Amino acid sequence: METKLCGIKLKNPTVLASGILGTSKSLLARVIGNGAGAVTIKSISFEAREGHKNPTVIAFEGGMMNAVGYSNFGVAGALKEFVNLNELEAPIFASVIGTEAEDFVKVVEGLKGLDFAAIEIPLSCPHTPGFGTLAGQDTPEKTFEITKAVVKKTKKPVFIKLSPNTKNIGEVAKAAEKAGASAITAVNTMGPGMVINIEAKKPVLDFKVGGVSGPALKPVAVRCVYDVYESVKIPIIGAGGVLTGKDAVEMMMAGATAVGIGSGIYYRGIDIFREVCSEISEWVEKNGYKNLKELVGVAHE
Amino acid sequence: MSELPEIVKIIKITQENPCVKTFFFDKRIQAKPGQFVMAWIPGLDEKPFSLSYVGKETGITVEEKGKFTKRLFQMKEGDKIGIRGPYGNSFGLKANACVVAGGCGIAPLSTLIENLKNPFVILGARSKDRLIFEKRFPNAKITTDDGSFGEKGFVTDVLKNVLRDRKSEVIYTCGPEVMMKKVFEICESHKIGCQASLERYMKCGFGVCGQCEVNGFRVCKEGPVFSSESLREMKGFGGFARLKSGERVSVSEYIQWRCA
Ligand SMILES: Cc1cc2nc3c(=O)[nH]c(=O)nc-3n(C[C@H](O)[C@H](O)[C@H](O)COP(=O)(O)OP(=O)(O)OC[C@H]3O[C@@H](n4cnc5c(N)ncnc54)[C@H](O)[C@@H]3O)c2cc1C
Ligand SMILES: Cc1cc2nc3c(=O)[nH]c(=O)nc-3n(C[C@H](O)[C@H](O)[C@H](O)COP(=O)(O)O)c2cc1C
Ligand code: FES
Repeated sequence: METKLCGIKLKNPTVLASGILGTSKSLLARVIGNGAGAVTIKSISFEAREGHKNPTVIAFEGGMMNAVGYSNFGVAGALKEFVNLNELEAPIFASVIGTEAEDFVKVVEGLKGLDFAAIEIPLSCPHTPGFGTLAGQDTPEKTFEITKAVVKKTKKPVFIKLSPNTKNIGEVAKAAEKAGASAITAVNTMGPGMVINIEAKKPVLDFKVGGVSGPALKPVAVRCVYDVYESVKIPIIGAGGVLTGKDAVEMMMAGATAVGIGSGIYYRGIDIFREVCSEISEWVEKNGYKNLKELVGVAHE
Repeated sequence: MSELPEIVKIIKITQENPCVKTFFFDKRIQAKPGQFVMAWIPGLDEKPFSLSYVGKETGITVEEKGKFTKRLFQMKEGDKIGIRGPYGNSFGLKANACVVAGGCGIAPLSTLIENLKNPFVILGARSKDRLIFEKRFPNAKITTDDGSFGEKGFVTDVLKNVLRDRKSEVIYTCGPEVMMKKVFEICESHKIGCQASLERYMKCGFGVCGQCEVNGFRVCKEGPVFSSESLREMKGFGGFARLKSGERVSVSEYIQWRCA
């Protein structure tokens, strides 16, 4: 099960996706204790943010939808919360957000002293003004500019997290690779979508629209990972609707080296990581593969 | 699986004291003692409330504090709000129980009391006009901080006396966190199990966002009821809580913010 991602050793390929339970060191420890190969913190901006009003997270038949709005305690809070991360028994990935390239750089420099194994840069949130797709960060040009600025300021591997809503995700991935990204995380939430309560005659999310994740996102995520694999050489962390070991195998066949799991925690609980790993092992053994590496990208052959 | 609010009608409102009302809904919710619901006022906000009535009637008992509860207090019978849940774990039922309620903390404890056999109930409030459910639980021992009704003093003073001559196996508690922390310390020194219902700011209510976290425990999922084994590990119990941004502050600072 051991997986190597940009030189980082993971005891298995499952990674906690950003924004789910990544609010504290003790929660990260708990997720690791439940089998995650690596974990990602909730995205951090320079200043603290309250995010959108409730309801912010809902689940509908077929998936989840959120408009949390990047609530986070900012760099100052992160410096208090994420101390001595090397005490934890798996690599921890930072997640850094901003509006302009220099905002990302400010956060990366602010977090410098902390023991993150890599830095993920989401350029893809669909429901927060000033960030992600609402700030046009999902174009190849902006992606290149922001990636380049961040890579220049850190020695750590930089993962660029892409949106499934981009017309040509392969081009965006290429721009990130060209600018020096070490890996691509594909994908962030889809949409935005909307759920209206017909009795109240109002959208349920206070922000009205939100990013779609979970099972509804999976086929789109698999296609995105497939497209990215065709376009770049750097490894891919495939995320979007992974609930079972078979979902993870599917992501790997599309081209993912590691798989992100977020919404799956709602469907199967925190120990989903352990369960998915044992399901992957079972499948791999039954189908005569010697290691996971052999699986990556086989759907392209 | 889905977690979406369902619109319910308010069919009855009772005034419990000048600042507290109980709202009854036209929908039956199957819930265990201690569980809570997320109440949604479309266009305004969504907040967690313990179910104070479960069974023949379904209701929540609310203290008027901030923007959300003010708006709720303007509502009349026939008005509608959204409800999703129930969420969280519940009190584990045990014999020879003592229940310690402070202020609005009686809300989650009331359905528990109805499910226990002869519990000893201590019901406390700042003053007589702040009491809740003293008629619903006529056998409860009442305390007020100012002595305007029942015994003068803190619920914790009465608890200490009660434990002197009554064998108790478990103490259930909910109320201000300083009070619960004291109750827990008393339990520890008497080697009695404690189950306390904690309150933290919540977003999802079903264990994915991490907002309600205390020392790795999700209050909405592993809680809101925590027993002694967990409380011992929780440095944040009586210590810290998170604001909307996730920033860690002292519990008292959190309470001030939440009531604003
Ligand atoms: C799980 C949970 C669910 C909740 N559900 C609801 C709900 O449904 N609706 C709602 O409106 N609120 C709810 N709350 C909010 C909470 O109960 C109140 O904020 C809290 O009880 C304070 O209320 P108060 O201001 O009336 O208390 P106070 O009147 O200030 O105090 C109540 C009593 O606590 C004791 N006490 C106070 N300070 C001390 C001290 N220093 N040492 C020892 N004893 C002390 C005293 O005996 C006093 O009589 C919930 C809380 C929790 C934990
Ligand atoms: C409640 C919630 C909050 C999220 N917050 C973030 C975030 O802060 N930063 C980020 O890059 N992605 C965020 N995401 C996206 C996830 O990391 C992930 O890319 C997406 O949900 C798809 O994976 P899943 O189907 O396994 O959830 C969030 C998703 C959810 C459901
Ligand atoms: S409120 Fe989201 S995890 Fe508890």
